[in-house]
Amino acid sequence: MATRQNDTEPERGRIRIEGFDGEAVKDRQLESEWKPSLQSEEGKGRLYYAWRRFKRNRLALFGAAVIAFMTLLAVFARPIRVPGQVPVLAGQVVQPFALAPADPANQNVLTGHTPPTLENTFAWPPSGLHIFGTDWAGRDILSRIMYGGRWSLSIGFIAVAVALFIGVPLGAVAGYYGGYVDEAVMRIVDLLYAFPFIVLAIAVITILGRGYWELIFALVTTGWLAYARILRGEILSVKENEYVTAAKALGAKDRSVILRHILPNAMAPVIVQATLSVGTTVLAAAALGFIGLGLSPASAEWGVMLRVEDDSMARGRWWAGFFPGFAIFMFVLAINLVGDGVRDAFDPQGDTSGGEFR
Amino acid sequence: MSLRRFVLKRLLITIPLLLGVSLATFAMVHFIPGDPIDFITLFTELDPETEAQIRAQYGLDKPVYAQYIDWVISAAQGDFGQSIISKRSVTSLIMARLPFTLLMGSMAFVIAVVTAIPTGVAAAYYRNTTVDQASRIFALVGIALPNFWLGLILILVFGSWLGLFPILPPTDSGLLSVDMIAYTLLPAIAIGTGSTALLMRLMRSSMVEELDKDYVKMARAKGLPERQVIGKHVLRNSLISVVTVAAIQVAFIISGSVVVEIVFAYPGIGRLLVNRVGNRDFPVIQALVLLIGVSVILANLFADVLYAYLDPRIRY
Repeated sequence: MATRQNDTEPERGRIRIEGFDGEAVKDRQLESEWKPSLQSEEGKGRLYYAWRRFKRNRLALFGAAVIAFMTLLAVFARPIRVPGQVPVLAGQVVQPFALAPADPANQNVLTGHTPPTLENTFAWPPSGLHIFGTDWAGRDILSRIMYGGRWSLSIGFIAVAVALFIGVPLGAVAGYYGGYVDEAVMRIVDLLYAFPFIVLAIAVITILGRGYWELIFALVTTGWLAYARILRGEILSVKENEYVTAAKALGAKDRSVILRHILPNAMAPVIVQATLSVGTTVLAAAALGFIGLGLSPASAEWGVMLRVEDDSMARGRWWAGFFPGFAIFMFVLAINLVGDGVRDAFDPQGDTSGGEFR
Repeated sequence: MSLRRFVLKRLLITIPLLLGVSLATFAMVHFIPGDPIDFITLFTELDPETEAQIRAQYGLDKPVYAQYIDWVISAAQGDFGQSIISKRSVTSLIMARLPFTLLMGSMAFVIAVVTAIPTGVAAAYYRNTTVDQASRIFALVGIALPNFWLGLILILVFGSWLGLFPILPPTDSGLLSVDMIAYTLLPAIAIGTGSTALLMRLMRSSMVEELDKDYVKMARAKGLPERQVIGKHVLRNSLISVVTVAAIQVAFIISGSVVVEIVFAYPGIGRLLVNRVGNRDFPVIQALVLLIGVSVILANLFADVLYAYLDPRIRY
């Protein structure tokens, strides 16, 4: 952390260096770590040093642990079987564990127990029996949140991965070649950026209709813009480096110049943005689910769970609306912690404010 | 480059962008598989004469480019045709709801700016102290909070438990009545919190940067009171980037209002948009998407010009 330099008067005759973050240098690769060895060693790449810095960031590790925990809960909530369309293997159990205390779709988890009050025959407040309570239809909320993670989390990760596969090549080509290609790609990006995230997603869903892959398509349409724009900007500066000229002079093909020399040096901000946008994507998917344009009401996606309970809060059934939203909040918070950690790991001198938000 | 030339150049870039947005909005309907007339007649069987009549009425008998030109020209005059569902003029539908969204959005904006700037200044001035840590935690939480969930919690706490706010909006009492403004406070907070967190951190980092500069030392050295150093010198310089980002928050606030209006059953354009998507009422959807796209472009234009005006070093 930068120390306050205004507090102390510099000692006379000493050279004082400003704008210099001593902590950051400690994290850097030091020449003294080099030791002669007879075997030729693979040079340790920036990823190695980034990972080493990341490991020391407690908040980021906490975020990573929360994400891992939520992912495991979602995967092991209910057994997974091979879907019926697959020949031969149909119905085979892939994942036999069932951590969720109840079947998330079972509306009779309360059978055999007396309701605490007459007005709440289905929706029970949290108790030892159902620690997060039950929803309006009498289903166990904890089980639904665990199971619902399968939708929310998979949408976040898949949409970001697909958006990267679109945004990175387009941004790389636009930045490297410039000219008409650049103009064409960046004008599309500018155009789509004129619509706020949610509005663009709503427009896409209007065209395609609702559904799991339709939702992912809508999120990808809005998601790739950031990667393309960031990577292009980064490449514009990276490609001016001498080693790029050297590679070209040695007769390297464009493809190998981009993939081997430019991309590895330009990807860091894209990786940071991608990490952070897993959170914003889950948030957007939940928001779309909440306004009824995401997944079907039958799914336990967290935003959809809030939608079917939107009057519960007004009626004081706090648990039905609190816990699904809290799951979204915790996940997004954890992603942001990891994202900030990744940023610091790649760029130890950089500023640690929030991510790019629209 | 003078400011005037910069503004002119920036305007010239904006015009094709506006055309592109209008084209994309118009094309939206034509991306949908099927004949647009089915969405107007809601898939009822028609005899050819009636069909031809409806086609002529909506201009669907003309080639696509002519339809686009007609649409843009009438849109520029504020005429978006008729709603398919309610048969009312789209413009009157939107105008009835737009003031509510503007009220909510501007309240959210004011809340964000008024809370973010002082807290950001405090976090920068007392950097690496408890104040700074608290602002950092608030920013982390504020950015991660889903605005609709925050809205639900505000309803639960202030509407249901404390009974301070009505649960449904007092639409009858008019836009600028005390009741309506008081009710709008909750959704405005729900939308504004994310912007507050973002602007606060930005204010902090931009001010931290300024505090280290030589002119600050100079101002202190010549014995200016700390109040003046911060208020007159540091604050003004560090506000430049914050003001620009604040203008860009328009898009963020529009996104937020679409979702938060659903939470609060608020009679604004966001809820209109979501309802009409369910009904596939395309004239209304197109008009709203165009309106939102154009306002975001204009807000960005405003932000760029403002930035260039505030910081004469900036010319692209």
